[in-house]
Amino acid sequence: MGTKAKRRPGKATARSKSVPLVKLAHARSGDKGDTANIGLIALEPEYYPLLVRAVTAARVARHFKGIVFGRVERFELPNLNALNFLLHEALGGGGTLSLKTDAQGKVLSTALLRMEISVPRELDVE
Amino acid sequence: MTAVVRVASGQGFWGDWLEAPIQQVRGGPIDYLMMDYLAEVTMSIMQKQRARDPALGYAKDFVPLMGRLLPDLVSRKIRVISNAGGVNPAGCAEMVWEAAQHHGLHDVRIAVVTGDDILDRLDDLLARGIELRNMDTGESLDVVRDRVQSANVYLGAGPVVEALDAGANIVVTGRVTDTGLTLAPLIHEFGWAPDDWDRIAAGTVAGHINECGAQCTGGNCLVAWDTIPDLANPGYPIVEVSDDGSFVVTKHPGTGGRVTVAGVTEQLLYEMGDPTNYITPDGTVDFTTIQLEQASKDRVKVQSVRGGPATDSLKVSISYLYGYKAVGTLVYAWPDAYQKARKADEVLRERLRRLGLEFEEILTEFVGVNATHGPLAGPPPADIPEVQLRIGVRARKSGPVQRFSREIAPLVLNGPPSVTGFAGGRPKVEEIVAYWPALMPKSEIHPKVEYLVA
Repeated sequence: MGTKAKRRPGKATARSKSVPLVKLAHARSGDKGDTANIGLIALEPEYYPLLVRAVTAARVARHFKGIVFGRVERFELPNLNALNFLLHEALGGGGTLSLKTDAQGKVLSTALLRMEISVPRELDVE
Repeated sequence: MTAVVRVASGQGFWGDWLEAPIQQVRGGPIDYLMMDYLAEVTMSIMQKQRARDPALGYAKDFVPLMGRLLPDLVSRKIRVISNAGGVNPAGCAEMVWEAAQHHGLHDVRIAVVTGDDILDRLDDLLARGIELRNMDTGESLDVVRDRVQSANVYLGAGPVVEALDAGANIVVTGRVTDTGLTLAPLIHEFGWAPDDWDRIAAGTVAGHINECGAQCTGGNCLVAWDTIPDLANPGYPIVEVSDDGSFVVTKHPGTGGRVTVAGVTEQLLYEMGDPTNYITPDGTVDFTTIQLEQASKDRVKVQSVRGGPATDSLKVSISYLYGYKAVGTLVYAWPDAYQKARKADEVLRERLRRLGLEFEEILTEFVGVNATHGPLAGPPPADIPEVQLRIGVRARKSGPVQRFSREIAPLVLNGPPSVTGFAGGRPKVEEIVAYWPALMPKSEIHPKVEYLVA
C-alpha cells in the first residue's frame, strides 16, 4: 500500500483497528434553540487523546450528514477528558417548533457513539 | 463562620418527581432546598394561564408541596429557594402564605423576588433604542412584536441574597437563573464579594450540577446504567460547599442512584456552549478549570474552578405566537410492517397534497426504525414485528393543521392493512409559542424584593 493511498477514517489497517466510540466514550446531549450540544467523555483517561485526534469537528459534521444542517464546533476539556460539540441547525427548528421525536436532541449523544474510529491495534478495548 | 453549606436540589424542572423534595427534606440534614421549575417554554405557558386567571401563572405544584413540607421545613430550619413564581411570584407567595396560616405556623417569612418581567416595558425599551434583537438570527423584535406573549429577564443571585440576608425562610422568584438559586445561599452564608469571581464561578458550577435534579446522581447516566442501584428511589443531589468554593456532590444515605465522576461529568457538559466562557448574570465560568475527584462512595469532590467578571448585559427570554402543529401516529404490524407504514405515509401525503393544504414542514418518522438516530441507524432488520408511523405537520395558520388532524383516522379503514394504535383519537392541534432570546443592558433592570410574614 502506497503512503498516499487514501484511507477512510475509522478503517482498519495492519497497525490499527476500527472501534465504535461507544466502547471508548460516554456522552450526554441537550439543546439550546435549534443547536444541540454533545458532551463526549472518554471512558478511560488514555482514550482521550484518541478522541481528540479522531473525533474532529469535520468528522462529526460528516457523521451527522442529513441530520445536522449547520456548522459543527468543537471545544476541548482536557480536565474532564471530554470534548464538547455544538451542532447548529440540528433540531428541526428547535424548542417548540420542532416536529421531531427528539426535539431536544437528547439522544444525539448515542447517535455520535455509533461513529467508528481507528485506534492502535494493541489498544485493549473491552 | 459556617463550615459547610448544604444546598439540596429538589426539582430539576416543572414536572420533575414529586417525591424528590420530600426525600431531600426528610432523608438527612440539609440547609437549603433549591427547586428549579423554569425552562424556556415554561414562562409562556404560565403567561397564558395568567391571562385566563390573574391569580395563576406560577408552578401550581409548588403550593401543595409547601403545604406538605412547611412543618418539617420550620422544625428543621431549612430555607427554600425556588423560581416557582413564574410570571406571578406574588400570587404564588400568597398561596404559600395561606398554607402556612393553615398549619398555624408563625415566623414564616416569605420573600417575593420580582423585576424580571419586562412585558409591559417592551414598547418603552424599543422606543429608547434597546432593540432586543434575536441573539441567534439578528432579527429585530419588530418582526414579532404584536405576537409577543411574555418577556422576562434572567436575574442572577443578587435579589435572592438580599431576601436571605433579610431573614426569608422561603424565597419565591420569577425568572432567576437556575444556577443563581444555588449560588445565592452560598453568597449569603459565606459573605462572598460579588467580584470574587472564582468563588462566584464555583457556586455557579455547583448550581449547574444541581439544576437538573437526579441527572447528576445516576439518572440518565450512560455508564454502567444497568447496574445503578434502586432507580425507583434515586437520591437527588446535595452540594456541600466550603468557604473556599470547593464542594462535594452527594446524596442522602439509603437512597438509590450513584454519584460518580462519570455522572457528574455528563451533567457538567449538559447544555454546554463554549466551556471557557459560560455566562451568567453573576459572572462567567471557565469549565476547563474544574477538577473532579471521587472522594469516596457517592461523593464527588469539585474544586479549582476559575471564573471571570460578569458582563454588562442580561439575557431576555421572549416568547411569541408562531403558528400551529400536530403529530399523528399509527402502528403497523407484521408482516411487512415497515413497508405498510411507508405506504400509509405516501397515501397520507398525497391526500394532503390533493386537498391543497400548505405546511411549513411535514415530518415523517418510523418509530422502531429511524425516529431517534435517523439515517445513522441504517436499514431495519428484515420484517420487524411492528413499527409506529409518526407524522407531524407545522403551519402558520391553524386551518391546514386542523384538517390534517382529521386525515389520520380514516387510514385505519381505507389505507394499508394490519394497523392499530389509534385509541387516543384525533391528534391534538397545538399552538406553537416560540422562543426569542435577546440581550439588554443590566442597568435597565432593578429587581425588587418584598415580604409576606405568616
